[in-house]
Amino acid sequence: MSDSTAIAHGAPADAHEEHPSYLRHHFNSVEQQSDATNFAMWLFLLTEIMFFGGLFTAYLIYRNWYYPAFVAGSHQLNVVWGTLNTVVLICSSFTMAMGVWCAETRRRRGLVLCLSLTFILGLCFLGIKGIEYREKFEMHHVPGQHYSLQSFLDPQSNPEVYAEYHDKPLALDMARHTEIYFSLYFALTGMHALHMIIGIGILGFMIYRARDGAYTAGHTTFVENFGYYWHFVDLVWIYLFALLYLISRHQ
Amino acid sequence: MSEQAQHVEHEHPVEHEHHIVGPKVYVVVFFGLLMGTALTVWASFVDLGPWNPVIALAIATGKATLVVLYFMHVKYSSKLTKLTIGAGIFTFLALISMTLSDYISRAWGRW
Repeated sequence: MSDSTAIAHGAPADAHEEHPSYLRHHFNSVEQQSDATNFAMWLFLLTEIMFFGGLFTAYLIYRNWYYPAFVAGSHQLNVVWGTLNTVVLICSSFTMAMGVWCAETRRRRGLVLCLSLTFILGLCFLGIKGIEYREKFEMHHVPGQHYSLQSFLDPQSNPEVYAEYHDKPLALDMARHTEIYFSLYFALTGMHALHMIIGIGILGFMIYRARDGAYTAGHTTFVENFGYYWHFVDLVWIYLFALLYLISRHQ
Repeated sequence: MSEQAQHVEHEHPVEHEHHIVGPKVYVVVFFGLLMGTALTVWASFVDLGPWNPVIALAIATGKATLVVLYFMHVKYSSKLTKLTIGAGIFTFLALISMTLSDYISRAWGRW
């Protein structure tokens, strides 16, 4: 023990002056370090693709099995909120991308501004998602003990949706399968929202550090890789929006 | 510090050079994504029968490609990264299509 500390202390004191402080000793160069980190980030994102892919596959299989229930279920979603949220998320991806550029070109104020805008847009997304969830609770469309089949057995009981889609009443056994649609709806959007919440948390941490110039001194790997994560969450939503809101409007 | 970085770069020319994507590209992609969103919402109002899901997913894939290539810098990344992502997406598609083809064809001819 004492020997190893002695060796560590015995290292030449000026060893750190030969390379930037953020270059780890097990890498040859900054480029190699950033290549390795980007590669690792992509491996992580691929596991995320597989994770969401499993949920998407479950959705597609059940949609194929209980098609009328899934069509009726998706008619209960509001396309306007969904579109608005898509736009909010695309804007946040844009501000995040601009943030990465600001970090790379060492613009501290620009970076803090971009990260703050991304943070606010992320919260907007969650707020709109909250309005939609509240609507589901009020309509008793949340799977569980208080789930109500009324909207599907008697579509005219919900005049707004009926005016838009003129859904025919479902048979009882098919109507009960709408609960599967909403289970998958909450699983998919809930996991997506969890990713957003984690992302917003990390954004807060990054804004705090960026104000002291942590990412504008040449070491931008963290901002870049967080950007990949944020864009990935946007990408999942692009597919969620199409699958949950759009593809069943005319059946 | 930058002098030293350059020096290191010359010593290891194998590594991938860092490419900075500028605001112009981001703005163009941003408007492309907004237009894609408008297009897919508009298409969902038109009754195209079985083609509605196909078109919605095709537009979503177009938007996703824009995001991956430009926002996520894959167009400018190393061959290793490109190959890894390609292999990952291929595996993902193989898993999904084999699973779905099983479920769709399991009761073939029995309805």
